[in-house]
Amino acid sequence: MKKYDQINLKKKIHWFELTIEGFLFFCGFASILTTSGIIYELLKESLLFFRTPGVSLVKFLTTTRWSPTIGEYGVIPLVTSTLITSFFAMIVAIPIGLGVAIYLSEYADFRIKKIIKPAIEILAGIPTVVYGYFALTFMTPILRAIFGTDTVQIYNMMSAGLIMGVMILPIFSSMSEDALHAVPLSLREAAYALGGTKLETALKVVVPSALSGIIAAFIISISRAVGETMIVAIAAGSGTAFTFNPFKAAETMTGYIARISGGDIAYDTPDYNSIFAIGLLLFSIKLALNILSRRLARKYREVYE
Amino acid sequence: MNVEPSENGYSHSSAFFQRRYVIGIIWNKILLISTIIGIIALFTLLLTVINQSIGLVAVEYKINPSLLSNVPLEDLTSQELITILQDNLTSYRFRTLNREKPLLSRSQTELLELVNEKVVDPKIIASWYLIPSITQKNQISEFVKEKYPNAFLKFYSWLNWNFIVRSMSSRPELAGVRIAIKGSAFIVLIAIFLALPLGVGAAIYLEEYAHPSRWINRIIQTNIDNLAGVPSIIYGILGLAVFVRALSPITSGSIFGFEGNTSRNILSAGFTMGLLILPMFIINAQEAIRSVPVSLRYASYSLGATKWQTIWSHVLPSAMTGILTGSILAISRALGETAPLIVVGASTYITSDPKGPFSGFSALPILIYNWTTRPQDQFRNIAAAAIIVLLIILLTINAFAIILRNRLSEKRI
Repeated sequence: MKKYDQINLKKKIHWFELTIEGFLFFCGFASILTTSGIIYELLKESLLFFRTPGVSLVKFLTTTRWSPTIGEYGVIPLVTSTLITSFFAMIVAIPIGLGVAIYLSEYADFRIKKIIKPAIEILAGIPTVVYGYFALTFMTPILRAIFGTDTVQIYNMMSAGLIMGVMILPIFSSMSEDALHAVPLSLREAAYALGGTKLETALKVVVPSALSGIIAAFIISISRAVGETMIVAIAAGSGTAFTFNPFKAAETMTGYIARISGGDIAYDTPDYNSIFAIGLLLFSIKLALNILSRRLARKYREVYE
Repeated sequence: MNVEPSENGYSHSSAFFQRRYVIGIIWNKILLISTIIGIIALFTLLLTVINQSIGLVAVEYKINPSLLSNVPLEDLTSQELITILQDNLTSYRFRTLNREKPLLSRSQTELLELVNEKVVDPKIIASWYLIPSITQKNQISEFVKEKYPNAFLKFYSWLNWNFIVRSMSSRPELAGVRIAIKGSAFIVLIAIFLALPLGVGAAIYLEEYAHPSRWINRIIQTNIDNLAGVPSIIYGILGLAVFVRALSPITSGSIFGFEGNTSRNILSAGFTMGLLILPMFIINAQEAIRSVPVSLRYASYSLGATKWQTIWSHVLPSAMTGILTGSILAISRALGETAPLIVVGASTYITSDPKGPFSGFSALPILIYNWTTRPQDQFRNIAAAAIIVLLIILLTINAFAIILRNRLSEKRI
């Protein structure tokens, strides 16, 4: 008996187990390295950019001309075109996406769901470059036929934005549907018991209860639209322009980065550094939207036990 | 039964109920319509692509085959074909061809191909989409007769076997996607090579080891969720700054003794893509590991297994199908990503197959992008054909993932 008392299993160090745990921790930590890498590189090169003679952070954020050849770096035209394309995307994605979500979660029976959901999933899996092709060869000719070839340029923000809406639609609708689906059945039954119709139940009880999820979906969709590159690079035109006319061509932030880095770009030129400054702006917008989404989701969250 | 309005106003008229009922029906239709719009969008997209990848083309020969011989070229013997080549090519080009491979030793089909390519040289000078090709066939043929008297019309599918196996070309009818497909495959392979071990490792750490109350673990988890939302072009910028520029000696292979390569190569692109799919990988793998019942772990511990033994021989095998499904979805994401590849420096025109991780590269979505932005109509046609190739690859991969997922849920029951 005494023999066993002397062995203390607890104190035994399993070196192999520890090594494994260390390695696994490193794997998890690698994602932090990625983030730090992104932030470090963006900050470093942006700093170089703002040190270039004639470039300053204030001018960068407040002037409305972006023409590197004469040394003018005002980011506003890139931001406005990004906002305009995103705006059109949301005009398409929000009403249709919400309609799809409510229909699928409240109305559709099992068989219809079985057909529609995979179709929407396929829509979500299509690469964005294909949507870009779609915008340029399908949407733009339609817009030009409706509004006239004089008003609508071949490359225009509207066509890019509308198709971006189609791209975002599955993301928004499936996230919203999840939120609607999570509303407990008892709430619906209570609404029915009070004499509500199906529609009244859906719009006045279920949607408000799922509002936090829907808002989160909304914000994630916006940040998708802001970060989307290929559709705008193909359909919205190249060359920056400060315009609020959606039928005109204007380059977005992402489109600019893609065009400038697409050529054989020389390191440490203002051009090269400028894509990092714009990247930093994009990253900050994205981060702000993420934080906002969490705040709003928490604010409107209703907890059901 | 009519509900009469009562004096105290508690109940309503039948018109009131009627109105609510009608509004309900109208909204039901509106919601249904918005759903149908979503489906229509998908079909329009597919139809547009198909519409533009098949259709009438006007072909013009450099030398009409009927001038070369009275019988169809296919019926000629090798000797006659060689004579045609000799008559119609400059002696220098004929000798070059002979030097590449003696003409006499070539088969009849090879010679026929050669005659077609070098002498007849069919050139597509105009193309039409599928729908006008069917509905306005007569107008098109009249138009061609008038404008291109030497050309003839034929029905042509831009997506064909030659399109898949040919290398790139500046002429749309001779261009193909072989090099781009190989490039894409290489990139995805390297991305998986990086993301699979890191992703599964991180997922195991977070699910099995990490205590959620420790700040570092909470940061890792939040960070992964945030990374999944970073725009892909930002990853491209990261790849450009880190893999292409800072780690240039490693990624160009010069410290391994491979000189003369740029660092804008498959390795850099693959690493960038690996980082891009990593968060998606981790989240999927976490889900798979989380769904393994705890009882399995307890059973293993009770038999005296250590933590790692439990994970390695019980948790991982049970989670394997889920992890694989997640990886397949990540692969299909990596195949379709374009923006980071542009930033890292994909070539839009490259004529040799990628030979290894240090070669320059192109990829299928890059070709689609490049061809779409060209002004000529024929490039639109081959862009559509390339899109079909890409979509078929993606659909196959996704179908595979769905089958795996179904097998997984069967096993659960």
